[in-house]
Amino acid sequence: MLNYDIVVVGGGPAGMAAAIKAKECGTDSILILERAETLGGILEQCIHTGFGLHYFGEELSGPEYADRFIEKINTLSIEYKTDTMVLDISGDNTVTAVNSTDGLLEIKAKAVILAMGCRERPRGALNTAGTRCSGIMSAGTAQKFVNIDGYMPGKKVVILGSGDIGLIMARRMTLEGAEVKCVCELMPYSSGLTRNIVQCLDDFNIPLHLSCTVTRIHGSERLEGVTIAKVDENRRPIKESEQFIECDTLLLSVGLIPENELTRAAGIEIDPVTGGAIVNESRQTTQAGVFACGNVLHVHDLVDYVTLESYTAGEGAAKYAQGKIANEKYAVTKGRGAVRYIVPQRVNLNCGEDVKLYFRVGDVFKNASVVVKCAGNEILRRKKIRLAPGEMESVTVKNETLCTMSEGDTIEISVEV
Amino acid sequence: MKNIVCVACPMGCALSVELSDSGEVLSVTGNTCKRGIDYAKTECTNPVRSFTSTVKVSGGILPVVPCKSAGNIPKEKLLDCATEIAKITAKAPVKLGDILIKNILGTGVDIIATNHCPEA
Amino acid sequence: MIYDIAVIGAGVVGSLISMQLSQYNLKTVLIEKGNDVAVGTSKANSAIVHAGFDAKPGSLKAKLNVEGTAKMPELCKRLHVPFKLTGSLVVAFSPEQRKTVEELYARGIENGVEEMEIIEQDRLREIEPQINEVACCALLAKTAGIVCPYELTVAAAETAVINGVKFERNFKVDKIDYNGSVFTVSAGEKNINAKYVINCAGIYSGKIAEMIGDDSIRIISRKGEYMLLDKTMGSLANTVIFQCPSDMGKGILVTPTVDGNLLLGPSSIDVDSYDDVSTNSDVLDSVLEAAKLSVPCVNTRNVITSFAGLRSHPATGDFIIGASKKNPAFINVAGIESPGLSASPAIAEYVEKIMLDILGNVEKKEDFIPTRKAPVHFRNMTNEERKALIEKDKRYGTIVCRCETVTQGEILDAIHSPIPATDVDSVKRRTRAGMGRCQGGFCGSKVAQLIAEEHGIPLDEVTKFGGGSRLLVGKTK
Repeated sequence: MLNYDIVVVGGGPAGMAAAIKAKECGTDSILILERAETLGGILEQCIHTGFGLHYFGEELSGPEYADRFIEKINTLSIEYKTDTMVLDISGDNTVTAVNSTDGLLEIKAKAVILAMGCRERPRGALNTAGTRCSGIMSAGTAQKFVNIDGYMPGKKVVILGSGDIGLIMARRMTLEGAEVKCVCELMPYSSGLTRNIVQCLDDFNIPLHLSCTVTRIHGSERLEGVTIAKVDENRRPIKESEQFIECDTLLLSVGLIPENELTRAAGIEIDPVTGGAIVNESRQTTQAGVFACGNVLHVHDLVDYVTLESYTAGEGAAKYAQGKIANEKYAVTKGRGAVRYIVPQRVNLNCGEDVKLYFRVGDVFKNASVVVKCAGNEILRRKKIRLAPGEMESVTVKNETLCTMSEGDTIEISVEV
Repeated sequence: MKNIVCVACPMGCALSVELSDSGEVLSVTGNTCKRGIDYAKTECTNPVRSFTSTVKVSGGILPVVPCKSAGNIPKEKLLDCATEIAKITAKAPVKLGDILIKNILGTGVDIIATNHCPEA
Repeated sequence: MIYDIAVIGAGVVGSLISMQLSQYNLKTVLIEKGNDVAVGTSKANSAIVHAGFDAKPGSLKAKLNVEGTAKMPELCKRLHVPFKLTGSLVVAFSPEQRKTVEELYARGIENGVEEMEIIEQDRLREIEPQINEVACCALLAKTAGIVCPYELTVAAAETAVINGVKFERNFKVDKIDYNGSVFTVSAGEKNINAKYVINCAGIYSGKIAEMIGDDSIRIISRKGEYMLLDKTMGSLANTVIFQCPSDMGKGILVTPTVDGNLLLGPSSIDVDSYDDVSTNSDVLDSVLEAAKLSVPCVNTRNVITSFAGLRSHPATGDFIIGASKKNPAFINVAGIESPGLSASPAIAEYVEKIMLDILGNVEKKEDFIPTRKAPVHFRNMTNEERKALIEKDKRYGTIVCRCETVTQGEILDAIHSPIPATDVDSVKRRTRAGMGRCQGGFCGSKVAQLIAEEHGIPLDEVTKFGGGSRLLVGKTK
């Protein structure tokens, strides 16, 4: 049995930032466990730029953004093990992991930080009719093949789903000589960032079909084409609008799912909307000493926000490991109407700090107001030119407001048009 | 009047740009920061983009290393850049920040490695 | 080279027959058109071991079903194949259906099925708490179970191979000649010579028989579409839940799988095509609707994948097993639709007897190895076992498939198994890598890489299931 103050599960942007912050907060004994061969997580294959604008004020590529944290991990001499898969987290925060050099590892930790990231929704989940030929893969898998392994998944491409990875891959495949025929999006709006629609589709004249889906997959061995169709307001395909598109590749960018198998197995409570753990303002889950941050907690639009959230979790875990635990008196956060979810879901009114609440909306709004009510009283109203499901929003609730609230009170966010 | 989406940052502001007959930018509205005005001016006169791709590596732990243009390049040269970098092979070890191509296509912009690729 | 026996078709029936014959001093070849065993109906079915009350009394189907089901637990144990004795229920959802349940019970008795009883509401709900509240009674058959059909096929074929049977893959038979004593079975330019042929070509068995001029076998292609739900849904059913049967089959069932998923299906529609296993959204919708009659809380939110299989329905309604009227050296094993999987161990022994009758005195091998090596399943091991395993071989310390916890060692074992896995789907069937929630999103590229390295081929030549099903089309630069 090994002993560490903090074990971080995952060495991507979230895990690295959390470990760095925890170290800076005075916790020395930290171990990062990463299942891939290197630190960096999914950033290693995200070779496009656009990372770090908020945090570093620079336009970095994924590997560059990751490298700054890897450097820091090394400078701070934070321990990490790669090629190491965590199998289990017990109720007393013992982490069981496996790799080929140490074999089976059992690590007792004072605090655990969950930073496993997310995965893409696969084809099966869409239940698309047709054959089961090759040439269909998630956009992220294609991204790895192209950017890391140097191989092309195909030459004539249709992309289903206008999530950011799908948009990025439309440009990437085009630059590598493939013909991207179109991007189909089931919803009447794209869930990707506007800048990606402009730079990845418009720049290359790739059509984006909104309210459109793939209804059938054709091809006995390799994909030969797909049938696409417009959908009605209930997202049901309109038969008359069906159209065959010849292609050898279908890339799916139809949503990301926080990877919470370990979290669930540990019995930690999950928010059904985010798919991540229910956490408080320091990103502590419902299991004492277990924290979560990054895309395993909720899917972020920008890595910069992952970094910031992970600093919060790292600081919280360090305090916990050092035994600095505030008395708990919780208020709950609640999104109303178009506000799909809020993180954190619980706020300790005794935390002694301003608390930033992150949220996402379920529809596109122009010139709407974000309204925050604490225990029924409006404390903030902010005009927003634009709100979109693809972009994360935030508001801050002042400590002085929290001090006036009672246990069980609600902090509510809504959108008024 | 020309409607464009600002891509200077992830906000994606919808800009309305008023142009003179000669193509000069007269006014910009819809921006939420100063960078929107700069973006509108460049986008309407000389649109530029950052370019990212991979370059083939020999003797490395991986067959390719990611790269980017050290600054923005004219939008219409993106595909030409892709063709150009496909011609070269870098020799491992490659370090993040190494210049892989100087002054690509006479744009004055270098192509630099954006990750390390140690020797195998 | 002249083989004694050529078995055409490496589905569960052909593979078990090959294994059975590999006990004897016979030169046997197992011929398969696909790139692996179990790539047709044997990989896309309900994975159920039926008790045996469905088939018409006196039919070959009824006899072999009951016998096969009795043999299945022991066979699976021997071959290290997952099998669970779950029992099955045929549920009456209206008072009128009680009559059907009673008829099935009576037929079961006639067929020699043991351990059956008709249970009433309370008991039914005890066994299946999620069952529709309108359910009024059910036929409980305790000898029914669930099995992994492709693992059974792989295990049987591999046991055959380690006992000397030659496996010929990618051999799509297009011609069979007979010179009076030897068959020449051809696939394009490739030929295989054998004194006897056993036709286990499943849906194509009629067409294979036609190649020797036997047009007596008429096979109707009957498509069944299924939905597979995530393991979080596996506990919605404890037994195999049938609805009352119709002319087209046993109706839509809801069943757990041996791996803990939940399976819904199959539809039952006669189709013209012998190879079209595409799914259809309206059919899948109807499968779900029908499944809701049994277990109302099933939904599509947790669907991992959907698939279709083709049952080879014989026009006669019964299994067709025996020497062809055109040529006594050509044995048909055709029309093996449901309960073919259940019956398969008995079919194999039945065919073994036919062959022994024809061949006369054949010696048994002294060194027959009754089973393949048990595959390692890291996910099912205790931590102590895992520790010991990795100490012995560190390749079992690297997890490749995160969803199903499959190690690199297991994947390498599959790639180097007696019937080597040469494509991604073959690795998946042997190890479950890529069968979980992410469906290979993360591990697919790693599995492809391992296949490429171990078989010494470029990454872009790795296929999903052989033939033209390549994953990649070339290097980027």
